Amino acid sequence: MEQITALVQIKGIRDGLLATFIDAPWEDQSVALLAQIDERQAFFQGARLAMDVGPQVLKVNDLVELRDRLSERNVSLWAVISESPTTEQTSQLLGLATRISKPRPEEHKQSADAISDESALFVNKTLRSGTRIEYPGNIVVVGDVNPGAEIIADGNVIVWGRVRGVIHAGAKGDRSAYICALDLSANQLRIADEVSASLKPQKDPRPEIASINGEGRLQAELWHTG
Amino acid sequence: MTAQVITVTSGKGGVGKTTAVANLATALAADGKKVICIDGDIGLRNLDVVMGLENRIVYDIVDVIEGRCKLKQAMIRDKHNPELYLIPAAQTRDKNAVSPSDMLRICKELRPEADFILIDSPAGIERGFRNAIAAADKVLVVTNPEVSAVRDADRVVGILEAEEKGNPLLILNRLNPILVKNNDMLSAEDVLDLLGIQLIGIVPEDESVIIGSNRGAPVVTEVKSRAGQAFRNIAKRLQGQDVPFMDLDQQSGLWNTIQKLTGRK
Repeated sequence: MEQITALVQIKGIRDGLLATFIDAPWEDQSVALLAQIDERQAFFQGARLAMDVGPQVLKVNDLVELRDRLSERNVSLWAVISESPTTEQTSQLLGLATRISKPRPEEHKQSADAISDESALFVNKTLRSGTRIEYPGNIVVVGDVNPGAEIIADGNVIVWGRVRGVIHAGAKGDRSAYICALDLSANQLRIADEVSASLKPQKDPRPEIASINGEGRLQAELWHTG
Repeated sequence: MTAQVITVTSGKGGVGKTTAVANLATALAADGKKVICIDGDIGLRNLDVVMGLENRIVYDIVDVIEGRCKLKQAMIRDKHNPELYLIPAAQTRDKNAVSPSDMLRICKELRPEADFILIDSPAGIERGFRNAIAAADKVLVVTNPEVSAVRDADRVVGILEAEEKGNPLLILNRLNPILVKNNDMLSAEDVLDLLGIQLIGIVPEDESVIIGSNRGAPVVTEVKSRAGQAFRNIAKRLQGQDVPFMDLDQQSGLWNTIQKLTGRK
């Protein structure tokens, strides 16, 4: 048992507790975490827990199960930090935070270097209300972006579908970023620090591209082929 | 018998979850099925009121979970249908008195006892909602043709997809065909276009629903009511029957006849 509990380290941070895992299969890691909590129930009562799972790839079922088990122990899971994009997406789907207030500077540098113009996060489904996708590069969505969904990309955003939610391209200040969609009737678009309030929904939607024009204003225009 | 567990949820409050549960349960029982309803809205219970069983409550679901009674003792038999039961929520506790694994355990125990278990979910997407969907085989999402209700339904559908609860089915409640015709209400097409899930029924706006709920007699028992007919059809579809959707335009009221005669729309 001692061996297994050593797989997880728990320490206090400003926003509650942070559990950091040593590389191992997820089953062992989650057992280790629950064992630590059961050992010191009084300490963990009502705690807010963040987890740093490292490169672990977690599916929705994994996180849901752990979250339910934690909530039975009166511990609320609010954030999951991971290097794996799959795990990040999973946590975002479940409405968990993927960043905590204390930034991890060495990793941020790494990820900034890792982004090239060619890399993109590929999302192959409709984004429903309450979904928030953040990515430090380009984002491609095949599906709709429904009202109440948010996409935040440091690069460009391309949506093969209808946009009715909020899209922020060039979120770190890149004014050359653009947003393309088959139907761009978004209720808000942002590029860098420019904001355009709702575009009128069109009766006969056509593909459009939104960018910052020569006068420094965000505008959308029809996409012309050829 | 192995019961199918069906959870009725919506995200937004007041769209007709409880009414839908009471009506569907009554309709299923009228078709000869054994049905158990569970009120998942701990602390704000009202399925008992809508079913007219309030004054028969002795034990509730929290009593079962905390071991103060047996599951059978908390099952209240309906006044008219001997094959319809209700497990009421506790009114003096909150959602944290129940956990998702409690719901799984209760449903597991009930499954051999019935054909259908209907769970009435509370509004919201927090603990109570998680409890309600924990054991679900099938989820019905209720919405009204209103932008805010559809937005919340979309959020709920997203969570259900993320939790891999299978494809939810949609009940569009309180649709007013006349308002839709005049472009004053979202149409069924608008709602389906956004949510992109399968429709299991459209319930027209009908004041007899409210009257029925207040009297504790679900409208589904009224042969003439169109909303009742819509709920009966949904119950048939839940049993795997193929029932065509009602034509909501064809109405026979005096007012409609006058409108038709005078050519007014």
